[in-house]
Amino acid sequence: MMVLITYDVSVTTDSGKKRLRRVAKQCVNYGQRVQNSVFECLLDPAQFAELKHRLESIINHETDSLRYYFLGSNWKNRVEHVGAKSGYDPEGVLMI
Amino acid sequence: MRRLLNTLYVTLPDVYLACDGENVLIKVNDEIKFRVPVHNLEGIVCFGFAGASPRLMHLCCERGVAISFLSQYGKFMGRITGNVSGNVLLRRTQYRWSDDEIVTTRLSRRFIAAKIMNSRAVLHRVLRDHTEVVDNEALERALQLLARMPAKLEMAHHGDSIRGIEGEAAHLYFSNFNQLVLNQKEAFRMLGRNRRPPTDRVNALLSFLYTLLTHEVVAALESVGLDPQVGFLHRDRPGRPSLALDVMEELRPHFVDRLAVTLINRNQITAKGFVVKENGAVIMDDDTRKEVLTAWQKRKQEEITHPYLEEKIPLGLVPYVQAMLLARHMRGDLEDYPPFFWK
Repeated sequence: MMVLITYDVSVTTDSGKKRLRRVAKQCVNYGQRVQNSVFECLLDPAQFAELKHRLESIINHETDSLRYYFLGSNWKNRVEHVGAKSGYDPEGVLMI
Repeated sequence: MRRLLNTLYVTLPDVYLACDGENVLIKVNDEIKFRVPVHNLEGIVCFGFAGASPRLMHLCCERGVAISFLSQYGKFMGRITGNVSGNVLLRRTQYRWSDDEIVTTRLSRRFIAAKIMNSRAVLHRVLRDHTEVVDNEALERALQLLARMPAKLEMAHHGDSIRGIEGEAAHLYFSNFNQLVLNQKEAFRMLGRNRRPPTDRVNALLSFLYTLLTHEVVAALESVGLDPQVGFLHRDRPGRPSLALDVMEELRPHFVDRLAVTLINRNQITAKGFVVKENGAVIMDDDTRKEVLTAWQKRKQEEITHPYLEEKIPLGLVPYVQAMLLARHMRGDLEDYPPFFWK
């Protein structure tokens, strides 16, 4: 299934900057960065549970937030892109 | 059922594959061209001289992603895989069976019967769809002869006679192969099957696609814990994935031959996309190779209903399903091996 993950991490403190980097790193590991704090991740339910757990143990629940959007397996109909950096389709042909 | 994961094809010559965390990176002159999480992949296929970092190889082995290296022209050079999965008892059974004449003939019959019926289906389809333009008489005769072969196979009691029937069937099939080509007939005329090197465009195309299929079948066999090098019909030879070649037999007509014909008939590839070398070898140019790879990837995502499982699966999982059924048969969970019949 395709999960869209977005986050908002408060960076007013040094520990906030650290959290931001750690959250971003986990998201990069699991998916494609489509915009600065927006990731599209093609995951199975187990991988999602893992990522969710990791992210939620990093953030500060008082100041930061995470949002998951579940686009399902039929996600291609639900996404439209306009403008630069169109990204790649993880289920399509990957050829470099 | 397992998910069909993607395969990353690297066709640019001067790239370096590296890794960052859980990502596979593709670098050109130290600049990151592409990154993809390793869990979206099940294989990486490199053409030409792509390099890969040991750290990436480590990651891929750990995650069961096979890296195959092919020459620029698609000839298989080698592959890197992690531990062989499955258990030793299964492989021992496989080795014992490969030494047992009775078992090898029984399984060889299954592979070849399915191959013959599947190639018959390919011919049958062109006769049905294009009755006006093809040589009906020749095709009907070939269909009749091919239909008799499975009965002959049942009477064959050792490997050589099975290989004989297979050769006869293949000759009959490939001598009618030109009938399948409806467009660009002149450029894509085939004079029998030849390879190493292929000397006409159809053979070049077929050889390339068979190499891709081998990559898939070897990976499928390894993932269920079988040894792809120990076969039943194909005998042992250093470096030859005999069991993969056995299992491929039944998949060739539907996976490769029809795809090749479709590409030609739809003018997706043209005569200009092939280069003839001094020694008569015919090879594809880069654009054609890309076109073929794209079509191959799309083909793998087509959904079919597996004739034995009666379950809807993408075509790309069929090698895996067949490997799994073979392993189940060896473990004694299945009475016999059900080969893949295309309907």
